[in-house]
Amino acid sequence: MTAESTGIGPNGVEQNSKGTIRVLQLYPRDMNIYGDWGNALVLKQRISWHGYTPELLEYNVGDEFPADVDLIVGGGGQDSGQLVIKDDLQSQAGVLTKLAEDGAPMLVICGLYQLFGRFFKTRLGSVIPGIGVLDVETHGTDERLIGNVRVATEEFGEVLGYENHSGQTTLGAGVRPLGTTAKGTGNNSSDGHEGARYKNVVASYLHGSLLPKNPAIADFLIRTAAERKYGTFTAGAPDDRYAVLAREHAARRPR
Amino acid sequence: MLYISVPLGKLVRRVSRLRGGGSALPGLVVEKIDPGFMQRTLSTLPHGVAVVSGTNGKTTTTKMVVELLESQGLKVFTNRTGSNFTRGVAAALLGEVDWRGRLRADVAVLELDEAHATHFVNRVPPRYSLLLNVLRDQLDRFGEIDKTAQLLQHIADKTTGTVVLNREDPRVARIAETLTGQDVQYFGLDDSLLSTFPNDDDMRAAPGSPAPAALPHKPAADVVLRKVGPDTADFEYDGATVTTAMKLRGVYNIFNAAAALTLARSICGGGAATADHATLLTALSQVEPAFGRGESLTVDGQPLDLVLVKNPSGFRLGLKSFPAGGYATMIAINDNYADGRDMSWLWDVEFDSLRDGGVDQLTGSRAYDMALRLQYDDVRIGGVQPEIGPALAAFIRDAKGKPKRIFCTYTAMLAIRRELSKITTVEVVS
Repeated sequence: MTAESTGIGPNGVEQNSKGTIRVLQLYPRDMNIYGDWGNALVLKQRISWHGYTPELLEYNVGDEFPADVDLIVGGGGQDSGQLVIKDDLQSQAGVLTKLAEDGAPMLVICGLYQLFGRFFKTRLGSVIPGIGVLDVETHGTDERLIGNVRVATEEFGEVLGYENHSGQTTLGAGVRPLGTTAKGTGNNSSDGHEGARYKNVVASYLHGSLLPKNPAIADFLIRTAAERKYGTFTAGAPDDRYAVLAREHAARRPR
Repeated sequence: MLYISVPLGKLVRRVSRLRGGGSALPGLVVEKIDPGFMQRTLSTLPHGVAVVSGTNGKTTTTKMVVELLESQGLKVFTNRTGSNFTRGVAAALLGEVDWRGRLRADVAVLELDEAHATHFVNRVPPRYSLLLNVLRDQLDRFGEIDKTAQLLQHIADKTTGTVVLNREDPRVARIAETLTGQDVQYFGLDDSLLSTFPNDDDMRAAPGSPAPAALPHKPAADVVLRKVGPDTADFEYDGATVTTAMKLRGVYNIFNAAAALTLARSICGGGAATADHATLLTALSQVEPAFGRGESLTVDGQPLDLVLVKNPSGFRLGLKSFPAGGYATMIAINDNYADGRDMSWLWDVEFDSLRDGGVDQLTGSRAYDMALRLQYDDVRIGGVQPEIGPALAAFIRDAKGKPKRIFCTYTAMLAIRRELSKITTVEVVS
């Protein structure tokens, strides 16, 4: 691409950018399964389609936590990945809690959803402490919840995705559910809820990846990040034709 | 029961063939009435049973092992029907045994699905096992990668003779640490080729960063793939490197040739000792790709390649092994049970290599998921048509005079082959 077509000037700064949004991926090395990269990629691309400049950062075990983070995204992992990050996550509990309380937008999927809660108690009874950003608790089970999911939400309309987890999460009074499942199981096999919402934290079990087919959630995270940093957000016009069609087709697929 | 099970099973097999039925029913019947049939029959083979398992490349590797062993004069029983479940093995056996249940073969080489292999090896402990890899594939069936590794571990535990392991896949190589009685052989890759085999763990690692070492000290491998040329490959064994012509394409297929060589050398009695290497290499150079695995057909006088993609690693290797330049490209993504229902895996593949030429047609039940994926990688999209028939017709019409390539999931590949035989003359050239 030429400098003209992207609006990048000689010093590498975008001439017409509305500002920079710094997106931090949490533990992409150990908590990255089932297309978690898709969520980071969608944020990166849509930030630029909205006219802002994305900056993609990574935080892995042992790294220094970067300053001035505008948006945080974290993914799922296998049980082994959760064990690798659990101590390091505790060491960052303070900074993550403060960011969440201050209203920083965050998306946590599956494994990190569980560890953003109060604890994960495994099937054999050992307890992995979470960081308590979310008032939820998770209990490991023998039952694996797998399949396509449709969730009715007030904020984002219908949310579509794919679940694959054996931990079952129950919500405390401090959070509200992301939505109610119309197909699939969601948080647990009894109460019909999926995900959790607290301040600007969105937590969900859904892969798919979640953000590509649910651009409303991506845009909520980006808008919140821009408003916190610059006071306002002016949207661009991303082309969501394929997202609309992918949603229509996905909604009709079997469980 | 014992004396009637085989004739009865064979009869069911004949009837179900006449009715065009599936390959597993006769196996199911004989399993029900004579559960010891498979074990009893296979235990008579002088060289025993070899099991091939792993996420990617089972079919092609099994085919190679069979052809290598046949080149050494062995009569090989295998489950060619592609029914890689226990029942499928029983059904294939019924086709081969005589009416008294005797199998005329020296060795059985069986491709087994990871999950079903564990049931099989509990009943028939194999003398040899070849464990290829553990990749992100159909995780919605097995749960997690580590679970798949445990399934392979179980196959190794039950093996009575030699376990052949992929030295470069950490989850497979580490199986050796827990084995006690078995002989362990590795097949390996030259360091210079490691970067062409990104594993799932470093999928998102920074470009150019080295893959993590498989084991603290890399064990010596029986066969190492040193180099891959356009239609040749260099293998090192017994302290020397040999160059051989290859009909197989795709680096990962050729790496599996190293796996097949290692297993064949083990079965033939300790490498150089008894195997005739000139014949082995000739056989290896003549192996054709298995059904849909880098297979080339001819349509309108132009090659049409079918590349099966089942998981992110396979898709990335496919894109790398079959460069897009000069080819018209179609991608067919289905989400039926056999393909895996979760589309997340498409987001773990980078499609930058298709940016120059774009993708001409997208099809399959998840064609729009694929379109969305390509949009986020800035890849130009020609047409999107979930119905495979019309999409294939448009692809062939619009790319007239150009070589064509279709990346497809398993059930999409079956549908494409069906359609190809309808809309044009399909000459199978390899």
